Amino acid sequence: MADPAVGRGMRGAEAVTTADGTVAGGSGAGVITRGLRRHVDRVGYHLPAAAVFVGTIVLWELSVSALRLQRFILPPPTAIVAALASEADLLRRSALTTLFEAVGGLAIGVIAGLLVAFLTVRSSTARNALLPVAVAANAIPIIAIAPIMNNWFGVLNPLSKMMIVALLVFFPVMINVTRGLTQVEPSVLELMRSYAASEWTILRRVRIPNALPFFFTALKVSTTLSLIGAIVGEYFGGSSEVLGRVIVQSASRLRFDITWAAIFLGAVTGIVFYLLVVAVERLVMPWHASLRGQEG
Amino acid sequence: MTDGGGSAGETRAVGDPVVSIRGVHKVFQVADGRTRALESIDVDIQRGEFVSLIGPSGCGKSTLLRLIGDLTAPTAGIVTVNGKPARKARLDRDYGMVFQAPVLFDWRTVEGNVRLPLDIMGVRGRERDRRAREMLELVELHDFARHYPRQLSGGMQQRVAIARALAFEPKILLMDEPFGALDEMTRERMNSELLRIWERTKTTIVFVTHSIPEAVFLSSRVIVMSARPGRITNVIDVDLGRPRNEETREQERYFQLVTAVRESLRGRVDGETPVASPDRTMAEGTIG
Repeated sequence: MADPAVGRGMRGAEAVTTADGTVAGGSGAGVITRGLRRHVDRVGYHLPAAAVFVGTIVLWELSVSALRLQRFILPPPTAIVAALASEADLLRRSALTTLFEAVGGLAIGVIAGLLVAFLTVRSSTARNALLPVAVAANAIPIIAIAPIMNNWFGVLNPLSKMMIVALLVFFPVMINVTRGLTQVEPSVLELMRSYAASEWTILRRVRIPNALPFFFTALKVSTTLSLIGAIVGEYFGGSSEVLGRVIVQSASRLRFDITWAAIFLGAVTGIVFYLLVVAVERLVMPWHASLRGQEG
Repeated sequence: MTDGGGSAGETRAVGDPVVSIRGVHKVFQVADGRTRALESIDVDIQRGEFVSLIGPSGCGKSTLLRLIGDLTAPTAGIVTVNGKPARKARLDRDYGMVFQAPVLFDWRTVEGNVRLPLDIMGVRGRERDRRAREMLELVELHDFARHYPRQLSGGMQQRVAIARALAFEPKILLMDEPFGALDEMTRERMNSELLRIWERTKTTIVFVTHSIPEAVFLSSRVIVMSARPGRITNVIDVDLGRPRNEETREQERYFQLVTAVRESLRGRVDGETPVASPDRTMAEGTIG
């Protein structure tokens, strides 16, 4: 799983490292102009994406009225906004409950994934036995067992949705973190050996920092998975005030404006959740910013 | 000086060679049998010496260095470091190691990387920071203390690795082709830099290289090795004066010594291997 941010950030990296001895240092006025330039660069960088987004919305609105599309086929964005306003209460409560299920499941899955990953670090036998199974399990559509989780933990119990999410999230976290903890360069281990470092020291000083990028890659995938898991889990039954039920029930009443409003809310929640993880990632791994060339 | 504990029956007098290698053999088990990586190696390295190990690829020079550092164990023979078995010396943190790759941690700043051994060895607070600063000044990278390794060039990264190796003031510095990945210009500058550091710190240095000029310029002694099996074929005392600088590279004696090392390498190759040409080009090619 490649980190999408790495490829994006390669621009500018050359500017930082030049020939030996002439690396751009942090001299007074240069920092300010550079900071300003970076800011302008950034706005310029996001401009095309913003234009595509706005353009799509406008095109959507115009084509619905131009083609005289029926409202239950595709409601125009304005109708969806209206539904967001009129059903604000229900939608807000539903989104919060679904988010609660997603976050709870994510927490369970991440903790379980981390635990297993750390346990397998000590034993290569356990790792060789577990990793292929985990990779295989990761390939099966786990979401298919949602009805069974509903059956086991109770349709109305949020725990049933959390367990679906936890299962979805467990495998990518476990696989990635195991790789991060074990894929350490042999020369690094030799260096630590030359310091007569203990296994614990190696874990703390080498393996865990080495696994951090792997962990955050998995976590970013997992935030999306957690909302998918929670919403699809709700399709198979649950309290009526969750996004999945709102989507199913409004669709069956042909109130697709509400359906779209719920989908929109789910999308926004997912994006915010994702950005939150990205923010934490940058906080925890400042050196990663240096790889992207965003730090002077 | 620490007592060896007498566990290996080594009773050499204190103050004797820093590194003593006696009758060492190393055999590697490979898919189609065994490779004799090192055979009948006997070497003494004195305190404060700068010794280079030179030879063609596969002559076991890196293996010999790793035996001194107890990163691998001999099949037969005894390696004594600071009067102790090599393993004890490693556990006592008697040596610093520099590899061909800088092996820096991406997640630590330049200063953080230099501090690494101090963190591991429990040096704390102001003392730790002072030493890290001092080492960065020694390799002239104090202006880059807060940079991350990836922001530095290859030569600068290797200087960080040297500062890190010296940070805990080890008695011996083991260097495995530390400048092998650098271009010729940077390499020559790093050579002068290393000599300056060596003269200031008085550390004993064992240096693996496949560059003849580098070996001659740096060393007080050059140990010439041959491959299959890895053996010591010649030991050349480098009687160039100190301090050495760019002028040293133009002295008559310097060229004589370079020729002497090259002929040692070649002589052995001609005597042992029917196909001499690839190794010969290697020996001549590095004259740069």
